[in-house]
Amino acid sequence: MTEDQVKQIVIDIINEIAPDEDTSGIKSEVNLRDQMDLDSMDFLDIVMELRKQHNIEVPEEDYPQLASLDSCAAYLTPKFNA
Amino acid sequence: MVTLPAYFMHQSRIVITGLGLTSPNGNSLEEYRKNLLDGVAGIQMIDMRYMGKVPAGVCSFDPKKHQTRKELRVGTRAGSIAIYAAREAIENSGLDFENYDKSRIGVYVGTTEHGNVETENEVYNISKFDYDTRFWTHHHNPRTVANNPAGEITINMGITGPHYTIGAACAAGNAGLVQALQMLRLGEVDLALAGGVSESIQSFGIFAGFKSQGALGTHESDVNKTSRPFDKTRNGIVVSEGGAIYVLERLEDAQARGANIIAEIVGYCINSDASDYVLPNPERQAECMKKALKVAKMKPEDVDIVNTHATSTPMGDIQECKAIKEIFGHSPTTYVNNTKSFIGHAMGAAGALELAGNLPSFEDNIIHPTINVEELDEECAMPNLVINEPLKVDAVKVILNNSFGMLGINSALIVKKFED
Repeated sequence: MTEDQVKQIVIDIINEIAPDEDTSGIKSEVNLRDQMDLDSMDFLDIVMELRKQHNIEVPEEDYPQLASLDSCAAYLTPKFNA
Repeated sequence: MVTLPAYFMHQSRIVITGLGLTSPNGNSLEEYRKNLLDGVAGIQMIDMRYMGKVPAGVCSFDPKKHQTRKELRVGTRAGSIAIYAAREAIENSGLDFENYDKSRIGVYVGTTEHGNVETENEVYNISKFDYDTRFWTHHHNPRTVANNPAGEITINMGITGPHYTIGAACAAGNAGLVQALQMLRLGEVDLALAGGVSESIQSFGIFAGFKSQGALGTHESDVNKTSRPFDKTRNGIVVSEGGAIYVLERLEDAQARGANIIAEIVGYCINSDASDYVLPNPERQAECMKKALKVAKMKPEDVDIVNTHATSTPMGDIQECKAIKEIFGHSPTTYVNNTKSFIGHAMGAAGALELAGNLPSFEDNIIHPTINVEELDEECAMPNLVINEPLKVDAVKVILNNSFGMLGINSALIVKKFED
């Protein structure tokens, strides 16, 4: 799985958990919370959907790795390919 | 003898200045009232997890009218119903809400139960993951705390005054209004959003519990005849969702802002049977109505409409009729009706919603009937029971609204047409 595919997976999850947000112009390098109205519960939703849909576990100490799409891709791609 | 401080003795008059609702047969007071006068019930068959088809009252309001899609995803159905009714109530009240001090508003929402729906959903969810609790949602606790529906109103509307729910089984709608009245009289708040809500139709446990108890209603051919209080063939409750939230204010405040005053709450009582978990107690119910009359400084003859709690169970309806006959049996001008025959039993919303359906009688002097009575049970026969067809009278000035619940909680609320 490529980093771009992983980014798309994260965007799909965000579309599901934050349906009022427009993710079309999302900037990969910018923190998600700086460009969208996401709170800590939303990030827990992202973690839950990664677990449910893709059997990917994100331990609490790694939550900061989900800050931006780029950091998500860097952190999650090896897990998807493991 | 205990001497109360003067402010406890000062009984401010408390008035209704706004109302919002959703019921299985109407998403506004106008639509709801029209259907009550036209004999239009709102019951349908729904799929219930583990049980198959069951009759239920379902509301069709548009939740997106007052909530974002994210709020709807995170919140509860009870919260959504509460928000819809509260927003509509504020709009109806004509209050300049934007500029009103939100810290002086209290939110008091009656609920029969809360959390069953959300917990059942999560147990079902983790059953798909071999009961691995890592898949249990972090939304569970904020969804299931008992204050949830009231709290969702405050978040949606930016209200920073007190909020909580009043758990009072199926007397909760009235209990929410009583709580608000008391808080206004104590000066704790200047305006209250109060009433009751229910999301119970999403809980199989509520239906299965009534079924095990032999109290879940059925009808062989017409779902809209399932809820039939006082009919000889009645066989149980139809569970419904819904909500009614009122704007309540002290009279002087309402007049100062030039509010349209819909009615005044003049009497109330909440008491307990102290006798059984489920079976009602007509002696205590009668005491409850008598005490409410005493608070209102009224005689039975002063009451024009008694809106019954009767839920269409064989025993419960008879017990309430006994209590009503004891007090109103000799009052030629008191009429008796029932709203559950149209909308089923909206549980925590029942008292507030049923009162709402009768408030327009102050304007049109028409009493909506109890419908679906094909053969009146002689044990429920009462003078002036308004059956199947609406009744026009000379004047309706006072309504007594009964709501009773499990564990033996009784409530009677007396509402009067406003006269300065």
